[in-house]
Formats: sequence, structure tokens, C-alpha cells
Amino acid sequence: MSTPSSAPRPFRRQEFDFWSFFFSGLTGLSTLFILLILAVILGNIFYHGWEGLSWNFVTSGTERDMFDLESAGVLPMIVGTSARVILMTILVVPVGVITAIYLTEYARSGSLATRFIRGAINNLAGVPSIVFGLFGLGFFIAFVGVGMDRILGYESAHWGKPALLWAAATLAVMTLPVVIVATEESLRAIAPGLREASLSMGATKLQTVAHIVLPQALPGILTGAILAISRAAGEVAPILFTGAAYYMATMPKSLSDQFMDLGYHVFVLSTQSPNIDQTRPLLYATVLVLLLLTFALNFVAILLRARLRRKLRAAH
Amino acid sequence: MRCLLHDNYPHHSHLLAPKAHQPMSHPGTPLPSDWDFIRRGRRKRPGEWVVEKIIFLVSLSAIVLIFLIFAFVGNKAWPVIIGKTNSARVSQERIIPVEDMGKHTPQELQAYLGLSARQWADMDDEARKALMELKVEMAHEKVEDKDAHINTTSWRYLFLPHQWTGYDKPEYIWQPVSQIHKYNLVPLIIGSLKTTLVALLFAVPLALGAAIYVSQLASTRTKEWLKPGVEMLAGIPSVVLGFFALIVMSSFFQHLFGYESRLNTLVSGIALGLAVIPVVFSIAEDALTSVPRSYVHAALALGSSKWQVAWQIVLPAALPGVFAAVVLGFGRAVGETMIVLMASGNASIVSWSILDSCRTMTATIAAELAETVVDGHHYRILFLIGAALFAVTFVSNLVADAIIHRLKNKLEGVA
Repeated sequence: MSTPSSAPRPFRRQEFDFWSFFFSGLTGLSTLFILLILAVILGNIFYHGWEGLSWNFVTSGTERDMFDLESAGVLPMIVGTSARVILMTILVVPVGVITAIYLTEYARSGSLATRFIRGAINNLAGVPSIVFGLFGLGFFIAFVGVGMDRILGYESAHWGKPALLWAAATLAVMTLPVVIVATEESLRAIAPGLREASLSMGATKLQTVAHIVLPQALPGILTGAILAISRAAGEVAPILFTGAAYYMATMPKSLSDQFMDLGYHVFVLSTQSPNIDQTRPLLYATVLVLLLLTFALNFVAILLRARLRRKLRAAH
Repeated sequence: MRCLLHDNYPHHSHLLAPKAHQPMSHPGTPLPSDWDFIRRGRRKRPGEWVVEKIIFLVSLSAIVLIFLIFAFVGNKAWPVIIGKTNSARVSQERIIPVEDMGKHTPQELQAYLGLSARQWADMDDEARKALMELKVEMAHEKVEDKDAHINTTSWRYLFLPHQWTGYDKPEYIWQPVSQIHKYNLVPLIIGSLKTTLVALLFAVPLALGAAIYVSQLASTRTKEWLKPGVEMLAGIPSVVLGFFALIVMSSFFQHLFGYESRLNTLVSGIALGLAVIPVVFSIAEDALTSVPRSYVHAALALGSSKWQVAWQIVLPAALPGVFAAVVLGFGRAVGETMIVLMASGNASIVSWSILDSCRTMTATIAAELAETVVDGHHYRILFLIGAALFAVTFVSNLVADAIIHRLKNKLEGVA
């Protein structure tokens, strides 16, 4: 037995290790560097975009000239982007939620169907956005649209051409994995005890899902929808051939109309402008509008998700 | 039926199952074997059976969609794959002399001139005659160019160099809108690989460093700030990153390095890297976090520093997941369109220099598809490129998926 005076202290401070210090600093710096780039991008866009942003800019159209600094606005693009995104949400959320319900409530984790469904979802999430564009053109327009024209008896192409509906459908295919994953997460966050209690009261499985599980999962489903919307709102490649128009004199009036899109307009302004230096304020302001839109949506989703995660921790 | 009725939470069942429902056919056997047969809840009504089947069918939609993408993108590219397209300017078809116009039916002439019924109807005889003369003239002109006989959509011309008329050596050329349509895919493949490589070289070290820092070294408080911060990068639409690369970064880099072409692989690669960082970061961070804390505690107890734990214990354990993150980052980089379309300069030249401008596969589809004739050979070639991109990302997804799955199983087995 050693005497108290000679015993080592129970918690000895670590010896200073240079390489540990060095590499910890390096990884920390790379994190900071990423955040710095983010700050530079956002700062640059906010700084230059702020001047061009005005109430007039958001509420006026492009009737006179889309490159005219004084009169050109982004209202048609905001309307177009909102329309395609809302339509997409209507298409994707039911399918995504039902798939998530099947995966969490019904599927057995090891079964072949489950494995295939999960594999397909993961694959769908990784398909390049331009391939979705090709798919929309090849399937929705050239197959479904042309088929509809034939059945409904349109002489000229009515559905068999780029349209709001097809752009929304293409985006719905693209964002399906986002909705499924978010909904699944929220379904798993529901305490198993709730289901147990419902079942033990004599409710059937479906009743339990419809009356107990789904209402509880609503914030999570909402998060999924918002994440899908924010992802879709900024996507341009899938709608290049399926609905976005370079210029439209009028707002889209029906599902078969083409539309002007905020993201595509950013592309047009930055590559097709007759005088890039002169139209720069216009471009920056448009980018800022797009960015504010997607970030606001993302922010809401992050808040909802943080609440959900806390609930998840409490449930298990 | 049993699989649907069977409880998902067997470990709780003894607490909740009413005793009266237990089948007591074998009173002597121990309880646990009987628990498998406990059915809780009310018996399903016929309507519910239908609804549950519908739920199952809807959940198959992801599989159906993957299949449809495969079928409909592949379908358009299929004639090229099996060599059924022909892009030769001079085909085997007979030239009809202008004097013989009267000997043919309007339908024949219409097909011969490649006109639609409406176009044919809109023309008067003079215009039709002029077109006939033009056709004869073109045929004579083209026969002199030996390349006019080549079907440039055959595999040989898609991948191998060819000495075109006017060139002094065999070359890889992508020139779809010229007299002779040149569809060599090599410049585009090199463009895609080059940009992807730059993007990964830029993004992977940064993203992995950040993932290690955030998951292992940062305090819980800082982590709560850093993680959403880095993930915010994923919230920036790619067209905005493309815009930033085109308007701000390109001029800044040119000023910094003083190279010649403002839009080049370096600019587009780094902008692309910004899109790849959040992908690699999230998945790597996930993999690193899923390493059981007991590993970390054991190593810390043995006196290693936080960095030593991260580098020598956690990273090796999570290595497959980190690799999967890089594979998925690769898939994202190859498939990204708007950034490279806007910032790469889009010149289809064969060069491995990152200071040259380049044209990627995705940007080519985006830039050219709108101007092609539907179901023409150019259109089909672009779908072929799309199908190839789909195949590449499909495989990289499968690989990453399998790796993550195995890692999860391994780590959960240990924990």
C-alpha cells in the first residue's frame, strides 16, 4: 500500500502531443474553411442582391423586357416555381407517406420486398437530376402526354409537350426519397407504447396506423414535405425539357402550360444576357430571391426536425 | 395473414397480451414458444385487407420508378446500342432527278424530301421543285466528302479516334451540329472525369476533416452549431453555385492564378466540390458517429488523446462508411449538371489539363437536347449519354449501399 502522498493523482492531465494538436487543428480548420466559403457565398449574394431587391421587383413581371433593369421583375418566376412545387407536393407526399408507413409499420425488416424497396429508394436518391429530366421527357411527355392526346382526341400536341404538370411530376419522382426518409424517421420516433396501447384496446392495425400513428407523425411528414420543396425549388436540370420556358408573355393558366422558373431564370440571366455587367444587379436580386425562398423553407424544416429529434430521444 | 397480424414488438408482448388470448394447447411447454402465436388487436375487416394491400402496392412505387427510368431512358438509346441508327449524310437512297417529279406520288416525294404533310401542303410547286434541286445538289456535293458515307453513330465512331476530312491525324471529336455529325464521346467522358476528379480532390479532404472534427473532437455544444452550418451548403441550389462560380469565382481565380481561359475545369471542379462537400460530410459523419462509444471510452481510458482515438480507433472502424461517402460523392459529382454547364466553358476538347475548359456529359445533354430533332440520332445519342450516367450512378449507389449495410451490421453486432 502506498502512502497518500506518493499515490498518483487519479486524473492525470494528458501529456502534450504535438501531432494530436496539429491534426485536431487541421480538421477544425477544414470545418472552419467550409463555413467560411459558405459565408463568402451568402455574404456576396446578400451584399450585391440587397440593392436590387425591392417590392416592385418582386411584384412586377417581364412584360417589357426581361433584361431591363428598371421594369423587369420576378413575379412570373415566383408564380411558376410555386405552382410546380405545390403540384409536386400534392403528387409526392401521399406516395411517400404510404411507402414510409409500409416500411415502418408493416414490412418485416429482412424480407425481400423490403430490401428491394429500400434499395430502389436509395438508388432513386442518387440518380443524376439531368437523368430525371430525360425520364420526364421520355416517359411523361413522349409516352403519357402523347398517349393522353391520342385518347382525348387533341389534334395538335396539348399534353404531349413540356408542361407544368410534367415538370411537377418529374420533380415528384426526384423528391420521393426525401419524403420517404423524413416520414420514416418521424414514424420511428413515435413511442412503441402508443401502438401497443392502441392494439391492446382492440384496435386493428390499420386503425392504429390511421388514428394513433399518423397524427403523431404529422410534424415529421411536414418536415419531409418542406425538405422536398426546398430541394425541388432550386432544381433546374429536371425541368429544362419538361416545362420551364425561356420567356412567357403570360402567367401559366392551366396544367398544360409552360412556365417561367426562378432557377432557370438565374441560368438565363447569367448565360444569355446581352450585357452581363449591366444586368448584374438583376441577376443578383433574382439569385437572392431564390436563395431566400429555399433557405426559409430549409430553416423551417431544420426547426421541425430538431423538435422531432428531441421527441425521438424522449421516446426511446 | 400471420405476418401482417404478427406483432412488431415481441419483446413487449408479455406485458400487454391478455392472458385469455394465449393458445393453451400445450400447457407443458415453456411459455416463450407459445408467444409467437399471440395475436393482438381485433381481427381485420375485409375492407382493411384491401387497404393494406393498396399500401403495399403503393410502397412498390420506388421500384417501379427505377424500372421506368431504366426502360424509358434506355428505350430511346436502344437503337444506338444495337446499331440501328444511321447518321450517314449520303444514304443508300436513290436520288430522284428533278425531271422525274411527275412520275412519283406526292406521298413518295414528301417522304423523300423529309417533309411533314402540312409542310408539303403549304408549299407551291415552285418551292417543291427548288427543294428537289437542292437535294440533288447536296448529294453531289457530299459524295466528294468520304466522311459523308460514314454512320457516325456506330460504336467505332463513338469511342475510337477517326481522321476526318480536313484533319491531319485521327482525333476524338464531338461536333454534333456540323455537316458531318461527329459523335465521339471520349471528350465528354474525359471532361466529366476531369471535373469530378478536381471536385473530389477538393471536397473529400475538407469534408472528411470536418466530419472527423464534428463527430469526434468538437464539444457537443459546438457540434450543434457546426453540423447544421456545414449542411446548409446542401441547401444552396446548384444553379446558385453555378452562378457564383461563373460570376465571382472565375474572375477571382483568373486574377489569382493569371491563366488564360476564364471558365475552366478548375473553376467548375471547385464549384462542384462545394456541392459534393455536404454529401460526403453527412455520410462520413454518420458512419463515424455510429462507431460504438465503448471503443472510444476504452481507448481514452488507456490514455490516448482525442485525436489518437479519432485517427487510430474510430476512423479505421468506420472506414467502409467513409469509403461509401466518397463513392456517393463521386456519384453526385458525375451527375451534377447546372454547375458544370455554367462554369466549365463547355469546349469539347481532349485535354487532361485542368486549366483548359471542358464539356461534361451532363452539360452536353442539358445544352443540346432542346435543339435536337425528336427521335433523331443526335437525340438518341444524348439519351445514350443519360443512360450511361444512370448506369454509373446506379452502380456507385449499389456499392455504397452494400458497404454501409455491412458496416452497420458489423458495428451493431459488436455493440
